[in-house]
Amino acid sequence: MDKRSEMHRRERRRYVIGYGGSLLLTLTTFAVAYLFGIETPGVYLTIGLLGLAQLVLQLVYFLHIDRRRSSREDLHLVLFSTMVLLIMILGTIWVLGNLAMRMHMHVM
Amino acid sequence: MKRAPTHSYPGINLGERHASADKAAEVVTFGFWVFLMSDLVYFGLMFAIYITMIDAQAGGPGPHELFDLKSIFAQTLILLTSSLTVGLAMLALKYNLPRGRIVLWFGVTLVLGISFLVLEVRDFMAMAEKGGIPQRSGFLSAFFGLVPLHGLHVAAGCLWLIVLGIQLRVKGMTDVVISRVVRLALFWHFLDLIWIGIITIVYFGGLTYG
Repeated sequence: MDKRSEMHRRERRRYVIGYGGSLLLTLTTFAVAYLFGIETPGVYLTIGLLGLAQLVLQLVYFLHIDRRRSSREDLHLVLFSTMVLLIMILGTIWVLGNLAMRMHMHVM
Repeated sequence: MKRAPTHSYPGINLGERHASADKAAEVVTFGFWVFLMSDLVYFGLMFAIYITMIDAQAGGPGPHELFDLKSIFAQTLILLTSSLTVGLAMLALKYNLPRGRIVLWFGVTLVLGISFLVLEVRDFMAMAEKGGIPQRSGFLSAFFGLVPLHGLHVAAGCLWLIVLGIQLRVKGMTDVVISRVVRLALFWHFLDLIWIGIITIVYFGGLTYG
């Protein structure tokens, strides 16, 4: 087998691993919701962590973001955008939650 | 910064066989990443609004009456599978596989994308029948601001897929067309990431806290 088809096989395997892992995490998420109900924060925390795991898995296996030097500029871009986003999201929730509390709107 | 010759820009690389396409793709691909990240900020703010609006149901129908988890489950599996097939289409192009293989993966991705949209629109119609329309409450406005925005992106992706399919046929596998397929694959994977956020925050979050 020549080098190219060997590389092809390896790259295809990455996609299949990413897909298999994501599928497993998705099935676990829905199974947890189905078996334990979706009412309690503990179950929701589990679902949230499974979602986060799937995000990371797909970033690595589908979008090829990792700590390799050549994709590090991109990792910086993703991390910086995430930081800006977290400031805006947490800021929004903080400010509006505080407003709701002071106005007795019973939100959150 | 010294870069490895086999991997010259972030994301999926085309490799030596398409060296000229790779060079041309380097700058635009990074630019496309910048676009994706600004799109992410847009989605992120819609998520933030949704989170603050979860309780603002104004006596209207809430998540428990409106969300159909079975349909969401089906949509999740469809979109995840399409993310795999678009990757396989990309690899088929990268390794110069027969044109039939490329057309096959393109076709499967398109069919999955359209199936996803059909299921989603059916969900929205079922919601509307139960009184879940955007103007009913703040919660529903936030929902319909966010989830159909993702659907609109998927629809744009389908259109892009069709246009690229035609370009592959008319122009052949030129460097420009190949680098466009790379960006389409990135876009499609990105939409699957957003969807993970939607099922976690909009659907499960709504059912837990709504």
